Amino acid sequence: MESEASCSQNTHAIKHGDIVHRCFRCGCCKFPSDYNDFNCPSYRAFGWDTYAPGGRMWLIRGWMEGEIETNQRFAEIMYACAVCDNCKNQCVFPRFRDALPDIFEEVKAELVEEGVVPPPVRDYFKAVATNGNPYKLPQATRGDWAKGTGIEKFSGPEYLFYVGSVGAFDEVGMKMARSVARLLLKAGVSVGILADEETCDGNDGKAMGQTGLFQQLALDNIGKFRQKGVKKVITLDPHAYNTFKNDYPALGADFQVFHHTEILAELLRGKKLALCERSGKVTYHDPCYLGRHNGIYAPPREALKAVPGLLLTEMRQSGVNAFCCGGGGGNFFTDMLAAGEDSPGRVRVRQALETGAAVIAVACPNCAKMLADAVKTEGLEERLAVQGVAEIIEQALS
Amino acid sequence: MSLTGLVIPLKGGIVMDMKRMNKIVEVNPMARWAVVEGGTSQGMLKAYLQKNHPGLRHSLPDAPAATTIAANVSLHGQGRLTQQYGFNSDMVTGLEVVLPTGEICRIGSPSIGPHWFSRGPALPDLSGLFLGWLGTTGIITRVGLMLYPNKKIRDVELFVTDRVELIPEMLFRLTHLEMLEDINVWFQPKPLMFQDNFHITIYFTGDDDEEIEFKRKKLWGVMQPYIDSRDGGFMSIQYIREGLLEMPQRSIADFADVPKGGGFEYSGPIVPIDHFPRYAAKLVELAAKYRLLYAGAARLISGGHSMMFAVSFAFNRDDRDLMARVKEALEEATEFALEQGGIPWKPNFIEQKMILKKMDPSTRRIFAMIKKNLDPRGIMNPGNWEVE
Ligand SMILES: Cc1cc2nc3c(=O)[nH]c(=O)nc-3n(C[C@H](O)[C@H](O)[C@H](O)COP(=O)(O)OP(=O)(O)OC[C@H]3O[C@@H](n4cnc5c(N)ncnc54)[C@H](O)[C@@H]3O)c2cc1C
Repeated sequence: MESEASCSQNTHAIKHGDIVHRCFRCGCCKFPSDYNDFNCPSYRAFGWDTYAPGGRMWLIRGWMEGEIETNQRFAEIMYACAVCDNCKNQCVFPRFRDALPDIFEEVKAELVEEGVVPPPVRDYFKAVATNGNPYKLPQATRGDWAKGTGIEKFSGPEYLFYVGSVGAFDEVGMKMARSVARLLLKAGVSVGILADEETCDGNDGKAMGQTGLFQQLALDNIGKFRQKGVKKVITLDPHAYNTFKNDYPALGADFQVFHHTEILAELLRGKKLALCERSGKVTYHDPCYLGRHNGIYAPPREALKAVPGLLLTEMRQSGVNAFCCGGGGGNFFTDMLAAGEDSPGRVRVRQALETGAAVIAVACPNCAKMLADAVKTEGLEERLAVQGVAEIIEQALS
Repeated sequence: MSLTGLVIPLKGGIVMDMKRMNKIVEVNPMARWAVVEGGTSQGMLKAYLQKNHPGLRHSLPDAPAATTIAANVSLHGQGRLTQQYGFNSDMVTGLEVVLPTGEICRIGSPSIGPHWFSRGPALPDLSGLFLGWLGTTGIITRVGLMLYPNKKIRDVELFVTDRVELIPEMLFRLTHLEMLEDINVWFQPKPLMFQDNFHITIYFTGDDDEEIEFKRKKLWGVMQPYIDSRDGGFMSIQYIREGLLEMPQRSIADFADVPKGGGFEYSGPIVPIDHFPRYAAKLVELAAKYRLLYAGAARLISGGHSMMFAVSFAFNRDDRDLMARVKEALEEATEFALEQGGIPWKPNFIEQKMILKKMDPSTRRIFAMIKKNLDPRGIMNPGNWEVE
């Protein structure tokens, strides 16, 4: 029941506003299930409750009631969330925990409406709106990553391989994309790419509250896919996978979506790729948009385990308790999560180091880049490499 | 997370967040103690011991895992091992405290040597200048804490009765066994399956099935007369077993969302165990008088000399009227506890005043003397433990 007093004071309204006061501030949201470390990337980075989901909920309550005004500081705190979904999994209140990420997204949407967003967020929106990608690179070069792989432009094959902006423009992402493309072709998969016709999927823009831009991108992609007769999409990137799977259907999408590790696992299971012995120890980092957001934990592991001789070892925070690399929720581009010793990427590579593995296997180009940078900052290049699951498989091809 | 607003800056000032001072400094596995920093959380020590010393545990309260060990001892918290070994503050084996003057002071064995094994004895026990003072005499920056054997198996039984007057005797018989871990008594009207009954949750541990079954047999044995007289029985716990065994028991927080409002608060006086029935009656009376949703829970302390009796009411933060009624009901519960000779636990500033008023004048003078000498300018958690 809402008291009149509290209603009349409200200065900001969000869809799930009636839930905000129900947060008990117990703080479970910032832990993994065994409490062995903090598992909220922004709390881990800053160390203040303000940056934990519970702290954000309380700030939001103050903001909704007019005790806190919209300003850059408030926006910075909201945008420092990596949308990793740990809070949703750890919150002890089953009756509303699923709404936590929605609440944070709705607040960001309100900030976008009010025009108060941190400068890097503003720049991201502008770059995507004008260039179709956050790198501000010409659309004409979007398919350049594929040169030499043999993959061709989509012309009605069974699958579309959608690489996303990071796969298309970032050096680390491009490497991953090439491996996937080559493996798909080697296994005889009928697949093509959109190349210079591909545009951003909109997942991160949506996570940053830019619902207008997201809708535009999504409708554009849906129309394009339909026009080209795309029925099945393989994504390089779990971010694209997430929005294709969970957001696009409500806007009329009717294609099936797979993450590339699901397809690789299936190909390996069907003996479509022959692998030879590769010794060594690898640890797998679960991307939040693949793991917690979509429950895909087994296929990448299955693919890695298919490599004879390769030893897969788990970090102390893995699966549903995996610690985020810090690159979700647009932070890959906006870098709102401090760069110090406790930055999520650096924490994560130290966790990987503890396992004794020589390689961190990744299934997301954003994670690949975040972790590769963190390995360098930690001075661990001699001891740890970051490689895509597909790259590891490719190296083991006989 | 004290649920009584003990860190609200009543008279302004700075709120210190200790959580970044969170190292586990040392564990002595043989002598079974750990030294942790002032912001180390309960969850972190639990996880650390599980990973590095699986044969050891500490007395984990059911408070959320983010709560700190230093805060818990500074308010005389209770945990899973309190029935066996006393208040969590009784388990302190040394302190490092920053005094209001800025001096850093060590208490107990660490004041004369490197080992954190005794908080006082055989010296005069100065830890009492800080434990229970709610941060009004100094800031604890290190705590030495006793650890205990972590037996391989932990099990639980749930005894149910509707005869409240028999509960003290039941608890007396159970504690006579001297072999149980934790004993809690609880009652609540919702969900319906729990209505009109009192539930005694009995935890026990063992290193093998033989030890567990022996203890189970013994505890069933002492409760058998009540089963025979049809005054109670053991309840099947198939569906709630996992929740009961969880540490900390996260489901306790669920109570806060029953009125869909994110809050509950409890007054938890420390009382003799034979007073259980009168507190239970008072809780139901208060709930009816103030139209509140209640939960009653008691945890045994030190083998049954006393218990913490939690008078809990859930509220909706968006319902100011309901919150006001909860506040009034809790104040009345504290008044009742004081009338009955109980000691309010983690009292808020209003309850502190009620306690000081009731306190023997000479005791109050010592109280004032200590506070005045340690914190002459009244800068530590001002508004708390102030003797006028
Ligand atoms: C669902 C739930 C269940 C609970 N169950 C239990 C339980 O089983 N047992 C139990 O004991 N409690 C329980 N509590 C109460 C409470 O959470 C705990 O007592 C907890 O230990 C408080 O820790 P905190 O870090 O939140 O303390 P805070 O609320 O931050 O502080 C509590 C008091 O300690 C003082 N303090 C804090 N840190 C220091 C320091 N370093 N030096 C000096 N003084 C300091 C503060 O000034 C304040 O007066 C429960 C609470 C909840 C919400």
